[in-house]
Amino acid sequence: MLEVQNLSMRFGGLLAVDQVSLDVQEHEIVSIIGPNGAGKTTVFNCMSGFYKPTGGKILFEGNEVQGKPDFRISRLGMVRTFQHVRLFNRMTVVENLLVAQHRHLNTNLISGLLKTPGYRERERKSLDRASYWLDRVGLLDLANRDAGNLAYGQQRRLEIARCMVTEPKLLMLDEPAAGLNPAETRDLNLLIVSLKEDYNVSVVLIEHDMSLVMDISDRINVINQGRPLASGTPDEIRHNDDVIKAYLGEA
Amino acid sequence: MQDLLYFLQQLINGLTIGSTYALIAIGYTMVYGIIGMINFAHGEIYMIGAYTALIAITGLAALGIAWLPLILIVALVCAMIVSSSMGWAVERVAYRPVRGRHRLIPLISAIGMSIFLQNYVHLAQGSRNIGFPALIEGGFRFGSADSFQTSISYMQITIFITTLICMTLLSLFISRSRIGRACRAVSQDLGMASLLGIDTNRIISATFVIGAALAAVAGLLLGMYYGSIDPLFGFIAGLKAFTAAVLGGIGSIPGAMLGGLILGVAESMTSGYLSGEYKDVVSFGLLILILLFKPTGLLGKPEVEKI
Repeated sequence: MLEVQNLSMRFGGLLAVDQVSLDVQEHEIVSIIGPNGAGKTTVFNCMSGFYKPTGGKILFEGNEVQGKPDFRISRLGMVRTFQHVRLFNRMTVVENLLVAQHRHLNTNLISGLLKTPGYRERERKSLDRASYWLDRVGLLDLANRDAGNLAYGQQRRLEIARCMVTEPKLLMLDEPAAGLNPAETRDLNLLIVSLKEDYNVSVVLIEHDMSLVMDISDRINVINQGRPLASGTPDEIRHNDDVIKAYLGEA
Repeated sequence: MQDLLYFLQQLINGLTIGSTYALIAIGYTMVYGIIGMINFAHGEIYMIGAYTALIAITGLAALGIAWLPLILIVALVCAMIVSSSMGWAVERVAYRPVRGRHRLIPLISAIGMSIFLQNYVHLAQGSRNIGFPALIEGGFRFGSADSFQTSISYMQITIFITTLICMTLLSLFISRSRIGRACRAVSQDLGMASLLGIDTNRIISATFVIGAALAAVAGLLLGMYYGSIDPLFGFIAGLKAFTAAVLGGIGSIPGAMLGGLILGVAESMTSGYLSGEYKDVVSFGLLILILLFKPTGLLGKPEVEKI
């Protein structure tokens, strides 16, 4: 469903991403790993429309999406999270989920002012979807708190819920486990697998927590210094000499 | 008693002017809240609202229509439509092409827009004062006939009520409606809102349009209140409303409302107890004090560096 072909991104004299290719099939969790500064997040930024790549193609369901504005890409069904939590802190938890469904509530100003039956129906549906996902990530009791007042682990879960209410086909998670304790990481692990199993969402994952990556990934791509180093199943990667060298240095 | 009535009179005058400042200040504060820029053409948009209202009123009079509510509504609607389109156009012409560049660039293009609009009206309407029909006359008086009387005119009451209605509608719109929700999201994190599929360009346009529509309401009200308008009418009012927005905390809508009222009352108290010539000194002095001692304004939030 997603195919990245020979993606390159140059910032002035720095080639941050060099000829990276990867693909994601439906119903699959694909991880991108690599040492710090390897260019993983840059790949994400190109995929989500944050950067306009300087070379290569990104095909989503057969359509070229490289260089398209980010809101168009997300409307196609590719949504992402960031390394640091980026919620709307001064809005309530449920509002965070409602605003994410903005494009689904395709109404105009007039029907909003007049509160036509169609408008009410759509508002109710989006509220239903929001409360479903709040329940799913265990935040229903906190629906009317300001998002900025939640605990860190709760904010992480809310971010994933916010992605899910947009009904994506492909979810891009940038270090979702960063800063979580082991129990929270385990919950996250179950949540991500359930997104794939129960909601038929494909996931691209950037992660440093190797146990999480090895547990849930169907395939893993390793990037080092902007270049693709290896790709394969978790078992293949675990035993790949190049990967071990890149992580641990030459012996 | 006399002193109290005099004080009351100054308070009423101050709140009248202050509420129109607040209406204009909303436009500054909303645009700042979303794109972090001051819309320097906003005063001109307000001035154009006043001219449009006057043209509509004159046109209706020429048609022989004399029913006051109809005249007011037609004038208001025309002013709001023309000003809103101006607000939309200013964003398209002066802001969108240079968005994301250095902060000075949109500032300069907005000032250019302001000079252009001012001179356009100079050419189209002449640079002299034009009389604005009062339309709403009469009022109440308090106090005995042989000493000072506090008066409150129907015009002042109209200004209060109209402002109150506009503010209530705006607050409801921002807190309840879908677009209002999206406005808040965009003002907190534009990039993230965009990633979630919100068309941020439309939301930015919407804030310019809403601000301009409120400025047009103020244009009609103040035109009737002062009884005359000229092409420079927007400049000083724009500056005052900007001061009000900063006073209340730029970016905060309740702040703009509060700042407008405080500024209006401060000015009229100065005129009443000191001298009319000092009122600008006081209002801009207040701005300097606020910037020195509480740069975020009365209700503003401390600027958090975005990571």
